[in-house]
Amino acid sequence: MTKVQEKDWEPKIIAFLCNWCSYAGADLAGVSRYQYPPSIRIIRVPCSGRVSPNMILDALKNGADGVLVSGCHPGDCHYISGNLYARRRFSLLKRFLEFIGIESDRVNFTWISASEGEQFAKVVSEITERVKRLGPASRLVKEF
Amino acid sequence: MSTINARIEQELKSIARELLDSKEIEAFIGYKKGSMPMTMTPFVARSIEDVEKLCWNSFCVLNLANYLPQVLRSFEPPRRPNEPPPEGPLPKVGIVVTGCWSRNIVVQIQENQIERDRIVIIGISSRGMIDKKKVYKMLNGHEVTSVEEKDNQLIVKGPDLYEEINRWDVVRDNCKTCVHPDPSIYDVLIGDLKGERQIRNRFSQVEEIEIKTPEERWNWFISEISSCIRCYACRNACPLCYCPTCFVDDSRPQWVGKSKDQVDTALFHILRAYHCAGRCTDCGSCESVCPMGIKMRILTKKLQKDVLELYNFEPGLSLDTPLPLSTYKLDDPQDFILTDIKMGDKK
Repeated sequence: MTKVQEKDWEPKIIAFLCNWCSYAGADLAGVSRYQYPPSIRIIRVPCSGRVSPNMILDALKNGADGVLVSGCHPGDCHYISGNLYARRRFSLLKRFLEFIGIESDRVNFTWISASEGEQFAKVVSEITERVKRLGPASRLVKEF
Repeated sequence: MSTINARIEQELKSIARELLDSKEIEAFIGYKKGSMPMTMTPFVARSIEDVEKLCWNSFCVLNLANYLPQVLRSFEPPRRPNEPPPEGPLPKVGIVVTGCWSRNIVVQIQENQIERDRIVIIGISSRGMIDKKKVYKMLNGHEVTSVEEKDNQLIVKGPDLYEEINRWDVVRDNCKTCVHPDPSIYDVLIGDLKGERQIRNRFSQVEEIEIKTPEERWNWFISEISSCIRCYACRNACPLCYCPTCFVDDSRPQWVGKSKDQVDTALFHILRAYHCAGRCTDCGSCESVCPMGIKMRILTKKLQKDVLELYNFEPGLSLDTPLPLSTYKLDDPQDFILTDIKMGDKK
C-alpha cells in the first residue's frame, strides 16, 4: 500500500454502532445538523454485544486506521445485558492489543444513547483527531 | 531407592488397574513412554494389560484434559448433533491430573463439554514439568540417548555425554510461576497436597514487556511470532480449543488468511490467545509443543493478569464461580470507555 504523507490525509474509521442507541444517536446528529469529520464508515449491528474481536481485527486488517465500537449506556441495553458482556470483552481486548503494540487510540469504545447526537459528533471529532495524530495504520494492515 | 515420581507411577498403575478391573471406568487417560528421550505420549489405557505401559515422570508436558471430551464421546453411542444423549448412565473414564489440568477440567465442566459424574480424577500435586528445550539448550547440540530422573537432578547421557543437571533449572517457566500446583478437583489423591506456592511476582515476564513503548512492544511481538510456521500445534494441544470449526478454518468470512503473511500470523496469535481469555490455566502445553520455540504463553499470561486485576478471577478454582466473560457486574471497571472527561470537555 502506498504510504499517505499528505497533509490532507483523512483517516478511515470503522464504527460499529448498536441499532438501538448509538445508531439512533448518529442519526440524531445528522438530523440536528451537527458537524463532524467525514472519516467514519458506520456498520449497524444489533447490539454492541454482537461485535466480536474478529470484526475489529478484520477492520484493521483491511486497512482501517481506527475502529470505534459504541453501544447503549450500561443499564440501557435493549437486550438487558449485551453491552455489559461487551464491556468485559472489550476491556480485555483493548488492553491486549495495547500489549502487543497496537496504539491505544486506534481502537476506541464508547457509550452513546439515542438522544446524544451532539455527543456523537464530539466523539467522532475527538477520535478522528486522535487517529490523525497517529497517522495511517500499518501494524495489522494486510497488503493484498 | 525409588524416586518420588517412581512411587507416584506405582500408585497410579495400581489405582488404574483397580478401576479398570472393577469395570468402574472403560478407559484411563495417562502417559506412556515416547520414542525419544524426554518425550512422553498421551495414552488411553483400555485394558488391564495396557496399564503396565502407564508412566509418570517430569516430562509429562501435554495437557491430558485436552483428550477428555473426545475419549468420553468415543464411548457414547453415535447420534446426530441435536439428538439427546441416551438414557441411563454412560461409561466413565479415568484421568490423571496435576493442578493446571484439573483446573482445565473444571473449565470444561463449566462450559458443558464434559460431565463431572462421568470422570474419575486421579490428582497429583505437581512438582513442575521439565522443558526439554531448556535441556537441549544446556547441552549445546550434543546428542541425547537417555535421561534418568532423580528427585532433584537429571542425568543426561549420550554418545559423548554425561551430564548432571539441576532439575529446577530446566523446569518450565509456567511451572516456576505456578501458584496452584494442587488439583482443584479430584476423586483420588496420590501423595500429599502442597498448598498454595508463594511466588514473589508471577507476572514478571509480562511486566517486562508492559513497560516498553508501543513501538518496542510491536517489534517484540512481531519478532516473537516471525518464526511461526502456522502448524497450529499450540491450538491442537490446548484443552480450551474444542470449537467444531476453528476461526482459522473459517472461510466465509475468512478472519485469518492461510498464508505465512506476517499479519495473518499476528492475527492468528492474537485471536488464539484472546479465545483463552479468562479460561487459560497457564498449563504451558502450547509452548511445550511449539516446534519453533515461540513463547506464546506470555500472551495468555497477559490476559490472565488482566482478568485477575479487573475481575479478580482465576479460572478453574471452583465449579461455582462463572467464567469472567460469561458474566458481568454492573460496576465493572470501564476506564477504557471514552467519556466527556477523557475527551477534555469541561462542561
